[in-house]
Amino acid sequence: MLAMNIEKFSFTYPGVDEPSLKNITLPIEKNNITALIGPSGCGKSTLLRSMNRIHDLYPGNKYDGKIELLDETNKKYKNILKIKKENEFIKLRQQVGMIFQKPTPFPMSIFDNVAYGLKIAGIRNKSELSDRVEAALKGSALWNEVHDRLNKSAMGLSGGQQQRLCIARAVAVKPEVLLFDEPTSALDPISTSAIEELIVELKKDVSIAIVTHNMQQASRISDYTAFMYLGDLIEYDKTENIFLNPKEKRTEDYITGRFG
Amino acid sequence: MEKIFQKFAFSSATLVFIILLGIFITLFNAARPAINEFGLNFIVDPAWNKEVPLSTPQTTTDKSAAQKSVTDTNDESVDVNDYGDSSDDMIMEDEDDTPTKTIYGGLVPLVGTIFSTLIALAFALPIAMGISIFLAEIAPKKIATFVGGAIELLAAIPSIIFGMWGLYYFAPIVADLFGGFQVSLLTAGLVLGVMILPFMAAITRDSMNTTPDILKESAYALGATKFEVIKDVIFPYSKVGIIGSIILSLGRALGETMAVAFLIGSIFELPHKITDPTISIPVALANNFGEASGLGMSSLFYLALILFVMSFAIISFAKFYFLRKANS
Ligand SMILES: Nc1ncnc2c1ncn2[C@@H]1O[C@H](COP(=O)(O)OP(=O)(O)O)[C@@H](O)[C@H]1O
Ligand SMILES: [Mg+2]
Repeated sequence: MLAMNIEKFSFTYPGVDEPSLKNITLPIEKNNITALIGPSGCGKSTLLRSMNRIHDLYPGNKYDGKIELLDETNKKYKNILKIKKENEFIKLRQQVGMIFQKPTPFPMSIFDNVAYGLKIAGIRNKSELSDRVEAALKGSALWNEVHDRLNKSAMGLSGGQQQRLCIARAVAVKPEVLLFDEPTSALDPISTSAIEELIVELKKDVSIAIVTHNMQQASRISDYTAFMYLGDLIEYDKTENIFLNPKEKRTEDYITGRFG
Repeated sequence: MEKIFQKFAFSSATLVFIILLGIFITLFNAARPAINEFGLNFIVDPAWNKEVPLSTPQTTTDKSAAQKSVTDTNDESVDVNDYGDSSDDMIMEDEDDTPTKTIYGGLVPLVGTIFSTLIALAFALPIAMGISIFLAEIAPKKIATFVGGAIELLAAIPSIIFGMWGLYYFAPIVADLFGGFQVSLLTAGLVLGVMILPFMAAITRDSMNTTPDILKESAYALGATKFEVIKDVIFPYSKVGIIGSIILSLGRALGETMAVAFLIGSIFELPHKITDPTISIPVALANNFGEASGLGMSSLFYLALILFVMSFAIISFAKFYFLRKANS
């Protein structure tokens, strides 16, 4: 089953003539990890940021085609490009969470960071909040490190801890899909492998799309891989096929390090 | 080279400290006669340049009569300020032969300074926040640039122009709206508010603009609304800068002389309502410094010292607060 279904999707930034994404068709398999790879500037982030419509914080973008999202009942798909009202955007972003290139803890305590999405979703009950914060922190392999300082500022955590905090914060609202945009690019190797393990762990509960420029990372953790180049989707397949036996010449050139 | 530069930087820093200390010592020395005469009671005494009979026990008097009469004769600049009683009485008393002395108290200008500043803050703060939120988060880029530029221009207008505009245009409106006098604590406070508004808004906008896009996006990505992002991310993130803008504006309002001189009424009378005229410390200094002598002069220095200490305390508090915040 597909968690999301991107079909004939094109995207153009304001003030740019050429679309930055051209006619992309890409399935996002439910409870799987889909990696987006390709040289810098090929449109990976642009595609990811279309999937929760975070682009819409800035005016003037043009969308074409459709991006469908499976709703919570697992029965219907909804075209998220049709969304116009603020409450629909809020609902979309609760269903499709995002983790960024750099850790982005809010200037508040560890607890409040993780509880933030829940609080703005209207959950006020203290014990429910603390249960879900604890569950999210455990699910993000951070609980053991922070359970005795939940009320301390999140700014005091290490980079890797901050990134796991951001994952916990996204997980706490129980999204259907999580989007990761190069989540380990600012981290050391040890923190990176902790995050990678965590992402693999998370696919039990959510469907994942991850942008990475690290091909080892894509091959280690993903089930499906999409190779993009200059705004086109060149090839999409099971990860082992992409890496062991790519059909397209450009894919092969890229994964063997001949360009990019 | 390195050494020379270090020495230079170090001595510059020391120089600032020495100047500060020098100013304090000068003020303190010049204010000493008044401090000796009135003590801390100066702060709560509303009488300024008032003749009182020597015999009556007055406020804080612990000095010899001789010294008082000396300072008395020095002081020729007798204002026609009465304190509630009719002016006839005053003249009668003045012609009286009983020995008198002149007393000075700083309460009126102190109250004028504090309240005009508070009114200015109360007026400017919410509007400045509104403007900066609009500029930083709501307005389209082009409009934000244009309006932001206009606000920076406003901040550059010399204060005397605010005073003139306030007196000829704004004061009648204030009197119409709130009743009372055209020149008053309220008029002065509101125009002060208009003066510090652009300054406060510009700095607040700048510090809001330092919030990284990625941080705001993270909140939106969790389903936050614009209002929630402003409240929970942008404000906490730029809190230090916002408080800084408030403190700097406060310092500006406290020391502002020209605009307030036009608008506050400049009389040594305790206001009963905010629509009453009164005087502030800088205005009292500017208006009376030329003619004052003796104990009157010294009392002006006492006022200056109070203003200096107030401003210094506010800035130090702010610095201390920032350092603690920055370290935490
Ligand atoms: N805000 C923007 N406005 C205009 N062009 C943009 C903007 N952001 C990215 N681009 C362009 O879109 C293309 C894809 O960028 P991006 O999606 O960030 O690439 P990637 O994440 O694969 O490195 C690049 O050519 C980039 O210059
Ligand atoms: Mg990118």
